[in-house]
Amino acid sequence: MKSRDLSELAVRNLREAVLRNSLTTLGVAVGVASLVAMLSLGVGLQTLASQRLTRSGLFDAVFVTSQRNFRGPRPPAPADSAAKKESRSLDEDARQQLSKLSNFTEVYPQIRFVTEVRYAGKSETTSVLGLPDSSRSSGAFEGITGAYFSLPTADEAILQIEFAKVLADQPPSLVGKDLTLRYAERAALSKDDGGDSFFPESMMGSAAPGGISIVPREKTLRIVGVIESDPSAGIGGFGGARVYLPLKTAEQLHVAQPDDLQAFLSGNPAKPSYMALTVRVHSPKDVLQVEAAIKQMGFATFSLLDATKSLRLVFTVFDLFLGLFGSLALTVASLGIINTLVMAILERRREIGILKALGATDRDVRSLFFAEAGAMGLFGGFFGVALGWLIGSALTWGTTIYLHRQNLPGVKISHIPWWLAVGAIVFAIAVSLLAGLYPAARAARLNPVEALRYE
Amino acid sequence: MPAAPTLIQAESVFREYRLGETVIRAVDDVSLSVEKGEFLALLGSSGSGKSTLLSMMAGLDRPTSGAIRVRERNLAELEPDELARYRRETVGMVFQSFNLLPRMTLEENVELPLRLAEVDRHDRESRVGAALDRVRLGARRRHRPSELSGGEQQRGALARALVNRPAILFADEPTGNLDSVNGEQILLLLREFQDSLGMTIIMVTHERPLAQKFANRIALLSDGRLVSDGAPR
Ligand SMILES: Nc1ncnc2c1ncn2[C@@H]1O[C@H](COP(=O)(O)OP(=O)(O)OP(=O)(O)O)[C@@H](O)[C@H]1O
Ligand SMILES: [Mg+2]
Repeated sequence: MKSRDLSELAVRNLREAVLRNSLTTLGVAVGVASLVAMLSLGVGLQTLASQRLTRSGLFDAVFVTSQRNFRGPRPPAPADSAAKKESRSLDEDARQQLSKLSNFTEVYPQIRFVTEVRYAGKSETTSVLGLPDSSRSSGAFEGITGAYFSLPTADEAILQIEFAKVLADQPPSLVGKDLTLRYAERAALSKDDGGDSFFPESMMGSAAPGGISIVPREKTLRIVGVIESDPSAGIGGFGGARVYLPLKTAEQLHVAQPDDLQAFLSGNPAKPSYMALTVRVHSPKDVLQVEAAIKQMGFATFSLLDATKSLRLVFTVFDLFLGLFGSLALTVASLGIINTLVMAILERRREIGILKALGATDRDVRSLFFAEAGAMGLFGGFFGVALGWLIGSALTWGTTIYLHRQNLPGVKISHIPWWLAVGAIVFAIAVSLLAGLYPAARAARLNPVEALRYE
Repeated sequence: MPAAPTLIQAESVFREYRLGETVIRAVDDVSLSVEKGEFLALLGSSGSGKSTLLSMMAGLDRPTSGAIRVRERNLAELEPDELARYRRETVGMVFQSFNLLPRMTLEENVELPLRLAEVDRHDRESRVGAALDRVRLGARRRHRPSELSGGEQQRGALARALVNRPAILFADEPTGNLDSVNGEQILLLLREFQDSLGMTIIMVTHERPLAQKFANRIALLSDGRLVSDGAPR
């Protein structure tokens, strides 16, 4: 029999026992749905986690330092070129060079310093960190009281809540108030700088031309937000900062860095250099390659890639378990298919006998039953994916409501990528065909004389 | 009259059923030949082995021993698929209980053998129509078997049996479930097929008068044995 006739007959047979076959198909659908829902949950959570981690900046960032102040336990460089590389400082040239790397999204310096903060007569020493504008979308500021910086160059500050508590009993009341930063500025003393006329009171150290001078300064900042979490983890380094400024604002302060102090003491007219630069890449996948390229340039690098690897392992195991439960549901559904088809054989003995008397081969009969099983798998698969999507959406909806009650932003915890949808349908068909194997073989074996004998 | 060629040749056919220790010999050493274009009636009491013999000649069952030759081919030795092909291409069958598929319309039932024989789609409709017209059921093509009378159902079954233009038509008590008027109608149709289409017809019946009226030849079975074979008197 031609396959078109076969499928027509199969669909027609399915339509005839519509209640039973739709119940069986529904069984398959529920099985597929639970499989899809479980896996979509796994995929969704994984996507969520890796998105969050990517946004946090921990796993797509390479931290670059000069080997001069980040020298690990490495063997001394024997070759000339290596020695030359090792002497590179992390200055503006280096930053330009890094920004020419492929696969990167941004390069920004780490500006972090410990200084004195004054507010309402109180004076506290704390750690200050400049935040790149990209941290706005890092997710770290979702629970902020107040707002994120209005501009990348605004004279504004965000306080970490522990520090805010030190300044005021009611941290939220700080939003809108001003605080004063007292810090040491690094002033260059080059000939064309006119540094002495600009900062006359700063002539306190070496005044050699081309040297640097360190000047105490003050800066008033408006407090725009108080945040409970510690956004500094990842973005600029490894946490611990209490006052955050826009990175550009922080850069313009020209706060003296430890390197500067060295330069100041030695009187060496070094160009200003960065303590550390952060290179963000497109995806954690690119980290290794970029890291290698940066090392080639002669800088020390550091990344947290290994952590993502173990995270992936955890999620693989997680997926495995979810898939296992989903498959269990599909197994039950396939028992339903077997049952339906075996029942159909008993019921359709006569029909099978007639088909054979009319010249149907064993193969025709087998294929017919097979096609019916496959069709139930196909329809069940489609409905199952739709149903699974509904379940996943309901879960997302439910958790969003719950999270909103907790004053947290909603997240998409379930996600069905196309491969999961297609895979689930193919799997449903495969399982159904497997389930149809026995009934189809039995139907094909039926003796036509016996099948036709009884009324 | 020149002798017509032999179409079916049964040579000492046995068919035994084994039920534990007991062996039931349903067909016991039957030799029989059927000529092309003949209308043969198989007569006999209940349990005499008529249906069993018919099934073997129709390629639905195999003899325990002996040979059944149709056009030089021994059905007993054919592969299952070749046997199915024989049923599909050479044989048409009607039964006592009509055996139309209840969930299909009349025309779908009649189309079934064409589907199985992989006849081209655009040929099918006309052939189904012609077969239904031949049994005067053209107007009932969209009806289901349950909406037809017994006689109409059997005529539908006849249309299905001849739609693929088989050489031989096997009928197992085709009038068994019908009143005498409808029964005669069916037999008139069989005669018509024999005359106009040149079909060979082998019919099982236990109604001697019908066999005498319509068949060219009567074979009498008793306890699985062929006890007489000849023209009706
Ligand atoms: N599958 C079987 N197993 C055992 N015995 C069988 C089987 N099929 C048929 N028989 C026996 O073979 C014998 C012949 O049966 P068959 O059906 O050919 O008779 P029949 O002449 O067609 O009778 P009827 O007129 O009642 O239809 C009977 O005794 C029957 O019981
Ligand atoms: Mg019988």
